[in-house]
Amino acid sequence: MNLLIKSGRVIDPETNLDSRVDILIEKGKITKIGKIAKIPSGFKIIDADKKIVFPGLIDLHTHLREPGEEEKETIETGTKAAARGGFTGIVAMPNTRPPVDSRSVVEFIRNQAERKGLVNVYVIGSITRERRGETLSEIADLKKAGVVALSDDGSPVLNSELMRRALEYARMFNLPIISHAEDLYLSNGGVMHEGFVSTRLGLAGIPSVAEEIGIARDIMLAEYTGGRLHLAHISTAGSVELVRRAKKKGLKVTAETCPHYFSLTDKAVETFETSSKINPPLRPEKDRQAIIKGLKDGTIDVIATDHAPHTLAEKELDYDSAPFGIVGLETALSLAVSKLLKEEKFSPLALAAKMSLNPAKILGLDKGRVQVGKVADLTIVDLNKEYTVRVEDFASKGKSSPFQGWSLQGKVEVTIVGGKVVYSNTEKVNFLQNENT
Amino acid sequence: MIWKRKNLLGLEELDPEEINFILDAAGSFKEISTRPIKKVPTLRGKTVANLFFEPSTRTRMSFELAAKRLSADLINLSPSSSSLVKGETLLDTVRNIEAFKVDMMVIRHSSSGFPYSLSNLTDVSIINAGDGAHEHPTQALLDLYTIREKKRKIAGLKVAIIGDILHSRVARSNIWGLTKLGAEVILCAPPTLLPREVEKLPVKISYDFEKVIKEADILYFLRIQKEREKRSLFPSIREYVRLFGLNRFRLELLKKDCLIMHPGPVNRGIELDAEVADGPWSVILEQVTNGLAIRMAILYILSGVRTNLKKVR
Repeated sequence: MNLLIKSGRVIDPETNLDSRVDILIEKGKITKIGKIAKIPSGFKIIDADKKIVFPGLIDLHTHLREPGEEEKETIETGTKAAARGGFTGIVAMPNTRPPVDSRSVVEFIRNQAERKGLVNVYVIGSITRERRGETLSEIADLKKAGVVALSDDGSPVLNSELMRRALEYARMFNLPIISHAEDLYLSNGGVMHEGFVSTRLGLAGIPSVAEEIGIARDIMLAEYTGGRLHLAHISTAGSVELVRRAKKKGLKVTAETCPHYFSLTDKAVETFETSSKINPPLRPEKDRQAIIKGLKDGTIDVIATDHAPHTLAEKELDYDSAPFGIVGLETALSLAVSKLLKEEKFSPLALAAKMSLNPAKILGLDKGRVQVGKVADLTIVDLNKEYTVRVEDFASKGKSSPFQGWSLQGKVEVTIVGGKVVYSNTEKVNFLQNENT
Repeated sequence: MIWKRKNLLGLEELDPEEINFILDAAGSFKEISTRPIKKVPTLRGKTVANLFFEPSTRTRMSFELAAKRLSADLINLSPSSSSLVKGETLLDTVRNIEAFKVDMMVIRHSSSGFPYSLSNLTDVSIINAGDGAHEHPTQALLDLYTIREKKRKIAGLKVAIIGDILHSRVARSNIWGLTKLGAEVILCAPPTLLPREVEKLPVKISYDFEKVIKEADILYFLRIQKEREKRSLFPSIREYVRLFGLNRFRLELLKKDCLIMHPGPVNRGIELDAEVADGPWSVILEQVTNGLAIRMAILYILSGVRTNLKKVR
C-alpha cells in the first residue's frame, strides 16, 4: 500500500512528463512525484533505475470468456495474464454465455472480478439483445449496472437502422459504441486476407473491403446521429484513410488497432498454423505500413490486444475449422516496444498515450495518468531487456500466439494496481494473491 | 539426382529436376500394368494408409491399386468410419495412425494445408492427394506425364486451363508444374472464377474462349460445380456453357494436334460435349492410366527415402 518507486524514467502523456523522478505512493494513491531525498520508513522500495514507469496500461479489447466458456479463460486467469503483460485495467467483452445484455450478467462479472481478479475489469455491455443484432439491449439498465461501453464484438450490427438507433440512444448515456465493422456477406467463408497469398494457398479470402465498407457505414451513421463511435481492431490502409477523413471533419470517432497488425503480414499464414487465424485477418505489408503511419499521425488512438483465447484442442484443427482468435495480453507491450519504439522511433510518451491515457479517456475513466492524487496504477518496464516469447509461460489459458519463439524487447518487470504489486518479474513470488479469495 | 524429400505435398516447392525425376520413374511403372501378372514385390511389407477426409473414388482407387501392384499393404480410413471423427485434433489424428505403424500416408482433406500441418507432427511420409483448393500434386504430375508422352516435350507448349480456377487445386498444381518445366500457361475463365491478384502468377489471362482454343496446344478443362451458381460466380450454367463450353461446333477452331485433357469426372454437356470427351483429341482416359503409374512411382520414391537416410546414419 505504501510504495516508493525509485529513479525510474516516469512517463505521463497527459502532462508530457518524461523525467527520471521518484514516485511516492500512500494508501494506494500517488502523493508525490519528484526527487525524494529522504526515504520514509514503512515504505516498500521498488528500484526502477534504468526502467520506464508507465501509467498502468489499459486494454480496450479483451475477451475474458467468463461466464460460459471458462475452459478457454476465466476472469482469474485473464487478469493474471493482464498483470503479466503490464495491464492494470482490461475490459470484459460481452460475447460470453450468456452475453452481457442484462444487469445480472454485468453484476456477476463485476463481482467475480472483485473476488478473483488481479487487475481492474471494466464491463462492456452488448448493443443488441443476446448479441443477435435484432433489437437493442436495455441500455439504461446496463449503464446503471456499470458498463463503460457497448459492443456486439465478434459480430457487426449488420442492420444499419439498428446501428443508427444504437448510436442515437447511447448518446443519452454518453456511452461509446465499440464497433466490430464487417460486411458479413463479403467476408462470407473467408479464413484469411484475400490477396496473392490466399490465391497461392488456396484458402478462401476475406477482402479488405469487407472491413472498409463496415467502417464507412459506421462513420457515416456516427456523423448522422452525433453518436460516439469507437472502431475496433482496424487493419487495412483503406480503414485508416476513412478514419483520418472522419477526424478531419471533427467527428466523434476513435479507432484502435492491435499489435499483430503492425507486426505481421498475411505471409504468416503460409505455414498453415492456426495461430495466424484472426478476424480481421493479417494483411499485406502495405497495410501494415499504413497502420504504423496511422499510429504515428494520431489517426489511430489506441493499441488494444483483442485477446481472444481458445482451447488447444479447438486451435489444433485444420485451418478452415479452427476458430478465429489469438491471445495478446502477454505480448502486446513488448511488441509495441520492439516494433514501434525501437524500430519506428515512437517515444515512450506516445506509447503510453496509445496504451493507457487514450483508452482511459474513451471509457471515461480517471486512469492513464501518473499525477499526484491519482490512484497508483503503474507499469514498470525494462525497455532494453530482450527475451524469447514462450507460450508455455503464459498465465493465460490460451496458448495460440503467432509470436511463439520471437525475440522481443520490453519486458514488464512490475505491475501495480491501486498501489499494490500484482505482478513482479523480479521477486520470488510472482503473483499477488487476491485477498478476497 | 537423389530424392531427398520425405513428403510429396505440392509442386510449388519442387525443382524442375525433382519433377522430371518423378516423370522419368513413372515410365517403368507404367509397363507393369501391361503384364499378365500386374504385380511386383517392390514395396512388400510396407504399409500405406489412405486417409480420405473428402469423398473420392478415382484418386483413392488409383492409390489403392498403385500400392497393391507394388505389393504393399493398404488400409483405407474415411470420415464415415469411426476412427476419423470431425473435430479430432491434428495431433490425435497423427498419433492414431502412427499407432498402426504405417510407412506412408496418403491424405486428402477439404482444408488447405492439412497435410502440411500433419507433416510437421510426424516422421511418416505424407503424400498429398488434394488439400482444399491448394494443391493436388499427383494429378498435375500425371498431367505433365501425359503431355510429355504425347508431345515429347513440355517446354514451349501453350497450355490453356479453362474453368473454375478460383476453387481448383488441380489448376494451382498444374500452374506450378507447367511453368517450372517451361510451358506457357493461359487461364481462361470469367473474372469471378479467377483468384485475387492472379496476374502475379506466371500466367496469362483471357476471357475469350474461342480465341484461346485456336492458339492452344493443350486444352485443360476443369469441372464446373453447379453449387457455384448460388454464390453468383456465374449467372447460370447455360450462360457458362455458351461462353466456355467446348461443343462440337467449336471443334473446327482447334489446332490440328491439340490435346483435350480433364482431371475427371467430366460433366458431359457442360465443360465438354460427349463427342468431344470421347473424340480423338481427348486423352482423358490415358490420364487415368498414367495416374496409376505416377502414383506407383511416387510410392516407390518416397519409400526409399527413409531407407536411404538410415544407410547414411
